[in-house]
Order: sequence, then C-alpha cells, then structure tokens
Amino acid sequence: MAEVGMRPPASPLRRRALRALRWLFTPLRPDDYLELINPLWSTRELRGLVERVEPERGGAATVLIRPGYDWVGHRPGQYVRLGVVIDGVHHWRAYSLTSSPDRADGLISITPKKVDGGVVSPYLVERARPGELVRLGEVEGSFTLPDRPGRGLLFVTAGSGITPVMSMLRHLAPSASLDDVVHVHSAREADGVIFGEELAELERRHAGFRLELRITGRDGRLTPDELDTLCPDWPERETYACGPGELLDALQAHWKRHGDTGRLHHERFQPVVGGEGAEGSGGTVRFAHRNLDADCPPGTPILVAGENAGVEMPFGCRVGVCHTCVLPIREGRIRDLRTNVVSEKHNEIVRTCVHGAEGRVTVEL
Amino acid sequence: MSPTTHPFAHLSAERLDELAREFDAIHDEVRADLGERDRRYITGVIRLHRQIAVAGRALLLGSRSKAAWAAGTGCLAVAKILENMEIGHNVLHGQWDWMNDPYIHSSTWDWDTASTAAAWKHSHNFIHHTYTNIRGKDKDLGYEIMRIDPHQKWHPAYLAQPLYNLLLMAFFEWGVAVHDLDVEAIRAGEKPLKDVWHDIKGISGKARDQILKDYVGWPLVSALAATAAGRLVRPEPRSRARVLADRARGRRRKGALRAQLAAVRREGGGTFAATFWADFTANIIRNLWAHSIIFCGHFPDQTYTFSQEEVRDETRGGWYVRQLVGAANITGSPLFHLLSGNLGYQVEHHLFPDMPSSRYAEIAPRVRDICHRYGLPYNTGPLSRQLGTVHRTILRLAFPGGKPRAKPGPYPGDEVARAA
Repeated sequence: MAEVGMRPPASPLRRRALRALRWLFTPLRPDDYLELINPLWSTRELRGLVERVEPERGGAATVLIRPGYDWVGHRPGQYVRLGVVIDGVHHWRAYSLTSSPDRADGLISITPKKVDGGVVSPYLVERARPGELVRLGEVEGSFTLPDRPGRGLLFVTAGSGITPVMSMLRHLAPSASLDDVVHVHSAREADGVIFGEELAELERRHAGFRLELRITGRDGRLTPDELDTLCPDWPERETYACGPGELLDALQAHWKRHGDTGRLHHERFQPVVGGEGAEGSGGTVRFAHRNLDADCPPGTPILVAGENAGVEMPFGCRVGVCHTCVLPIREGRIRDLRTNVVSEKHNEIVRTCVHGAEGRVTVEL
Repeated sequence: MSPTTHPFAHLSAERLDELAREFDAIHDEVRADLGERDRRYITGVIRLHRQIAVAGRALLLGSRSKAAWAAGTGCLAVAKILENMEIGHNVLHGQWDWMNDPYIHSSTWDWDTASTAAAWKHSHNFIHHTYTNIRGKDKDLGYEIMRIDPHQKWHPAYLAQPLYNLLLMAFFEWGVAVHDLDVEAIRAGEKPLKDVWHDIKGISGKARDQILKDYVGWPLVSALAATAAGRLVRPEPRSRARVLADRARGRRRKGALRAQLAAVRREGGGTFAATFWADFTANIIRNLWAHSIIFCGHFPDQTYTFSQEEVRDETRGGWYVRQLVGAANITGSPLFHLLSGNLGYQVEHHLFPDMPSSRYAEIAPRVRDICHRYGLPYNTGPLSRQLGTVHRTILRLAFPGGKPRAKPGPYPGDEVARAA
C-alpha cells in the first residue's frame, strides 16, 4: 500500500458526524465528496497548500506551506514527511522543518537543497508553485533541544545540515536564549551559504551568538581538532551537529576520545546508504514473481536494485522512515545500509529502501 | 486435435518470439511515458463520477416529481456505470498503482457493487486473466452456469439458460458476487471451508452495506427532505385540541414525536418509495450495461477458446496470441468507451491488463498492425453485432448440438473445416 499522510487534528465532533454518515456513502466516505469542494477538508490525511517558494543561496529554496488544519506543532530540529506529486507519481521525502514552531502566521517551512540527479528536491526548488497541494506526514526525530538548555550551546553544521538547526535558532532568538551560543558552520562557497544573511543578522543582533563560518572550497574541510581554537570550551557545551556522514563520524570519534559523547547530539540528514566505500560484497536479488534476478552492488538498496531491473517496486520516503517499501524476504542475507548490520532473513518483512543484498536474496512481491 | 486448430499454427516459434517482443515493446513504451496527463485523466473521471452521483442524489430528494425522478435515476445510473467500469474495474486491475497514490490504488480500492474487491481480484485478475478462454480453467467462460461454447457438454438444465441469462443481466452484480465464491471448487472440496466462510462474510457485508445505502438510507433522506420542504411551504401547527389532549395525558413530548413521524409518513412516504425505485432502476440499468459489455468481450462468434492441451508449454508469444484471439472489441465513440470502462478495447485490455485504460485507444492501431503483419485476426465490431452473436449463441447452445462458427481469418479450426 502506498504511503499516506498523518491524520489531521480534526475535531472529534466532526469525525463522529462523518463516521455516522459513512453508511450513506459506502464504499466511499463523506470525505471523498467534501474533497470535491476543498481538498484540504479531508480528515483522512493532513494536506497543505504551498503558499510561497523563496529561493535561497546555494541551490536551495524555502517552501512555505499552510497546513489544512491547525498544525500539530513540532519541536525545533524535527523533520516532517512531505508528499508531492511529480509527473503523476506520488513521492515522499523527509525534510527538516526550518520554521520556528512559534510562527505567528501558522505557516511551516522546509528548505530543500537541490540534489543533482534527484527527483523531489529539484522539483521543490525549481518547479513547485504557490497553490500546489502537498501531503504532510508525521513529525518525527529526536534531534531536539532540551526543554531548558542549561549551559552554552554549540552547533556544528555543514551544507544543508543547517536546516534543523535553523529552526532551533529561530526558536531561540526571540526568547533571548541566544546568549551563549557558538555556531560553526561549513559551506562550500562564500556566496552559497544557505540562510547566510539571516545568520549574519542573528550575530549582529545577539551579543551572545557567535558564528564561525568556514568556506571549505577555500579553507578545506573542518576537522574536530580545530574546535579547540574555534570554541575552546566545547567540552562544556551541549553540542548539536548535522551534516555529511564523514563530518558526523569524525565528531563522534573526537567526542569519544576527548569529550562526553552523551553531550553530542547529531542528525544524519541523509541516511548512510551506499555511496563509495560501501561495505559488504553486494549480491543478487531474485524477484520470484517475475522470475527475474537483479544485480545488487554493495551499498545499493534492494529497492533501487529492483527498480533498475524494471520491477515496479512500492516506495515511499526512501530513507527508512515510512515503511511503504516493505516486502517479504523469502530467504537470504541482507545488510542494513545505515548500520552495516548483516542479518539472515527467512520470510520476514524488510524495508527495501535501506537494506541491500548480501549474497543471494529472494523477494516476494 | 491437429495443430491446425490453432489460429497461430502458421507462426513458427521464432515468429512467436518476435511477436512477443513487439507487444512487450508497446507495453514498455507506454509504461515509460505515463505521467501527469494520465493522472489528470483518472482523477478527472473520479471527480466526474462523484459530481454526477451528487447531482443524482440531489435530484432524487424531489423524486416525487416525475422529471426529477427520471433525471435523478439517469444520473445515478451513469455514476454507477462510471464507477464500476472505468474506475473500479481498472483501479482494481492495478492500472493506476504506478501513481503511488494511496487513495487510487488496487490495494485500497473498493467499489459500489456486490462483490468484494479482494474476491474479485482473485477470480477476475488472476483466474480469468491468466487462463483466458481455456476451457475448464477460465471460470468466466459461461460463468459456470451457461453453455457458451459448443465444446461444453450439453445438459437439460441449459434449456433454461435464455431465461436465467435474463435474470443474470438484471442482477449481474449479485451473479458476479456469487461467481467469486467458485461454487464448483466448493462442491469438489477444493476450496477450504475457511475461505468459503471468509467469502460469504465478505459478500454479506457488502450486500448489507449496498442495501442499507440504496434501499433504506437514501430513500429516508429523500423522505425527510420532502417533509421538511413541505413544512416550509405550508407550516402546519399541531391543532390546539391535540396539544391540549396530549398535555392532559402528560405526554407532550411523545405526542410531538408521534405527530412528526405521522407527518414524515404522510408527506415523505411517496418520496421514500420513489427514491427506492429510482435506486433499484439505476442498479438494474448499470447491471444490464455491465453484462452487455462484459459478455461482448469474450463470447461473440469471433473469439477462440482453447483446450488445456493446446496451451501446454505455452510461450510468451503464445500467451499474447491467446489473449488476442480470445477477446473481441466493440467499436464506438469516445463517450461509449468511457462508459464501457474502455472494455470496447477488450483485446488491448487482455494483452495489457495493467495498462491504464485511457491508453488503449492510442495503441489499438499498433495492435491491429501487428495482427495484420502476423496474419492474426483483430476481433472487433459494432455493439449491435457483437451483442447479437452473443445472445444467438446463448439461445442456440441452450439446445443440444451446435458447432463453432467460422472464425475470421485464413485459419478456421478443424471442426469448422470438417463441417464445411
């Protein structure tokens, strides 16, 4: 079954009324008819209208969305599943919310950066238009600030890893909690810094907020050792890091050696799936119903291997969140591409978007 | 049986492989081209169905008026036809699954008819579309109650088939629902009782919902609307004497309720009945239409049936040819094709059951061209002729005997050749 959005926070009265009337509309539901008037009235899944798309630096764009019902709220740093229709096909992706939860106008925003060769991000950045209907999934993620940040904070971000942190900064700014915050941010080019102006503005307005901008195209990549000079008291701070896997791996190792890993919070904004240097030996996936073998190189999800072989695969968020792509593995060894854990499966349901084959795997569809 | 009975006996194995590649190519090409235009088509048809259904229900609120009754019944019949044919049948085939839309998906769809989606997907999508026109395997061949092919052995019960065919036409949705049960398999003990029970529960659940909605719910809504409208036009306060009498008996509220119910009976009774019969009529019209279109898909004289022996070791090319010559098209306008769920392109549908139906008209010339180049028949004709040959067969084969009629093309079956 294809992925659906979250249940909107419709009033219980409305829900009861619609349920009482259902028998008059069977096998459809009253919602199916209400949607004719306004698609946002569906009580089955939360939808939103794209209000504005604002270009950002670095090939990103902020998509401002007005949800159909009162927004359920999010904690700064969390992400939302977003469903869009592109060339007739419904796609789902998870994006960090970049808006502060306290926005007065009730809008929420995400800020995808265009990924070359991607499907959804180029669409959102280049083709999405105001008035367009999108689906909204659950708000998820544990990369959030403590309720009462005690001592100082350190943010270490790179590229579009800034997005969850932006929501945090926007949330902290009005409440004067930016009084002891250091933000080390890396971007490839000086004029490609997403939210560059807003970050500079925050630094101007808040004496306690210090931005350390690193231009990697010029200065090279940040190494954790450099934190000793950029933010000498880093071991005393709660640290929030988000960026490419290598950066996060390096920070984790650094904290393990010299700090307290309990105080390093991180978010991998892309699941560690495949890429170069993927572990394992890969394998072949046998699609029993089609009598077809698909090559599954190391680091390649079963989902992608199937699609490349022309099998129509169910898919959703593609990052292991939504469970739409689950298929039963009849037998074989699979590798969790996020954790590299290999396990033997026998008639078990598996998320094909984050698991690769390890040897020969037989899939039922 | 000699191999000359095959309509494709003149095709070598290599030639059949070539044919399979050509058909596969059409499939892949359309699959790669599906997009926004197709999504707009199906969402548009779904919206149209819902609008017509709403119009029908609104008109039937005044169903005591003859004109409103006729218009409302018409709208409802058209809505039900669209919902069953172009939407339900095709969505349940998975033709729109590629959109990844949770609400237009074969795994979630249910339709406004007596058979459950799950049972129908098994008996139709799997059994009928896999074993198309294979005698003894395709249970749609005569629907287990009719002798529709001269190869079927005659039995005196078939004498009544012209009669029960009429009943089947009128109550087709119930026939299909029971057909899904597969009575033959139950009798042979091949179907586990657990499955039978599951099916019966499903059918009775749907039957309850359908009856409640069409024959209780909407008639009641119409009756209440008519009563309310009557009150607006000429308010009728309860008589002073009645109010005093009720008060004296200390049952003011009960009396008021009784008065209301009496008013609904008086004012709305006629409307209730009118809407009831409107719903009944719309269902019958839909059933007649569905029966006609579906019977024209496989039972005109043009189509071939196959023995199980003939399809042993069938190749992909052979499968395509069986689908091709086992089905028959109906010619007609785009509106006709919309209302028939594009099953006027039954040939294309059987070649590519999971291709969006809106694409059949586009590929039909290419299918016809392949038929021409490979010396294969492309079965088609106007509705009147297709329907005529179907009902002639049902009448003729009610009686003993009967021979296969001559098929189009240069390769008649041997029985026909012997008869000639």
